[in-house]
Amino acid sequence: MDFEYFTQLFFGGLTRGSIYALIALGYTMVYGIIELINFAHGEIYMIGAFTGLIISTVLTMMGMPAIAVMVLAGMAAIIYSCAYGYTMEKIAYKPLRNAPRLSVLISAIGMSLFLQNYVLLAQTSDFLPFPSLVPEFEFWEPYSHILTSPELMILSTTVVVMILLTILIKFTKIGKAMRATSQDKMMAALLGINVDQVISATFVVGSATAAIGGVLIASHIGQINFYMGFIAGIKAFVAAVLGGIGSIPGAVLGALVLGWTESFFTGYISSDYEDVFAFIFLVVILIFRPSGILGRSQIQKV
Amino acid sequence: MLKLKNVQAFYGNIQALKDISMDVKEGEIITLIGANGAGKSTTLMTICGIVPIRSGEILFEGQTINKMPPNKIVALGINQVPEGRHIFPYLTVMENLDMGTFLRNDKDGIKKDLDYIFTLFPRLAERRNQAGGTLSGGEQQMLAISRAIMTRPRLLLLDEPSLGLAPIITHQIFDIIKKINKDNKTTIFLVEQNANLALNVADRGYVMENGLITMTDTGKNLLANEDVKKAYLGI
Repeated sequence: MDFEYFTQLFFGGLTRGSIYALIALGYTMVYGIIELINFAHGEIYMIGAFTGLIISTVLTMMGMPAIAVMVLAGMAAIIYSCAYGYTMEKIAYKPLRNAPRLSVLISAIGMSLFLQNYVLLAQTSDFLPFPSLVPEFEFWEPYSHILTSPELMILSTTVVVMILLTILIKFTKIGKAMRATSQDKMMAALLGINVDQVISATFVVGSATAAIGGVLIASHIGQINFYMGFIAGIKAFVAAVLGGIGSIPGAVLGALVLGWTESFFTGYISSDYEDVFAFIFLVVILIFRPSGILGRSQIQKV
Repeated sequence: MLKLKNVQAFYGNIQALKDISMDVKEGEIITLIGANGAGKSTTLMTICGIVPIRSGEILFEGQTINKMPPNKIVALGINQVPEGRHIFPYLTVMENLDMGTFLRNDKDGIKKDLDYIFTLFPRLAERRNQAGGTLSGGEQQMLAISRAIMTRPRLLLLDEPSLGLAPIITHQIFDIIKKINKDNKTTIFLVEQNANLALNVADRGYVMENGLITMTDTGKNLLANEDVKKAYLGI
């Protein structure tokens, strides 16, 4: 077996998995705190990519260097996506806080369709070329046949985001409040935590990581359209379920497993059934571990 | 300190509180006793702003609090240890205690209170890095009370602290409740089904039946009251 081909597939899967992980985090965090599958989350990622495209086009025309364009476009995408995520929660989910879960789910699907069509009308239905924002790093030249510079960029950004997120969740006041709220909302309120604010913060954090994923992948693949959030959203959702929805390390692990599955199956078997492999894998995992790889089994204690 | 004036509240479609008026004075231990479903827990949840009030008024130190969200009410110095303890199961003991200090910024005060808690309950100090959900029932009750102390409440509401605990642990918990009241001048509002125990520690007691207050007197007098004896003390 060709070792170089294997390493290429390995890193290809790792890159793909990192992007899924960045999106899956938003799903799993929101699910953890309000038990909602936020179907509009893929759209937040798409909006991040569009914002990145618009800002980077403007900045490139102004003659800025690529690396500065990338950082600024990324920041703009984060701000924009966070604003959308925050607003979405306030208008589509907060009024339904005490409604049956099915109502909120329908609201989420509606929000997803609305945002897709909103971008379709406001922008275009065509694929738009996305400039490659990551320069070829010279120091990386010797290794670029296994892992390209953009892939390196995606991996390292993901690692940094994961570390920052872990610090946020584990050690900061708002992070601890998020964990407490996800475990027992009433008790959190009885200790003086503003539950609505914590939920908003969760949407904002999830949107920020999705926006980073959106800009990175758009720059890597080179084109975007209004529909890109749908399939990426579904894949990330699969990753979150695979890892155990509600668990942050689970989402990352599930995303990597999914990325590798897709990469190796398409590389060694056939690229025609890329999506099929992902879902077959999901079914198999869920048969043996219904709560996901790292999911907590639901034991109701009274 | 705390005044309830003709409070009415609903739990779903059921009127849980029909007309409740109470008066809690600073520094005392009062208890609310009654049968299952009388509305005791609802009374506490209404004070904390979790169950909305339908009509009437709740005053804390002269200020109307029945329109405030729960987090604002906590900020005023009211804290509740709810029935069933509600420990965050996947947070460690230390993190559970941390959540009690969510609204506080006084590092020195927090440290002092933490030392105080660990002298009250050395058990918790031993288990500080253990997940809350893995503690025994008695330890969870200790943690729930400690977490409430960490908010530095001036009024502490306790809902069924003896529920599901062995008698020896219950006595230990009640001794601590008396101690908290004496050490910190914390006013205690105790809801209990174990009427005998509750009336023994309380300065005053209220008896509740079907969403109404039917009797109020000092703890001693209620203990001696024939109706109370028959209905709640099983004598």
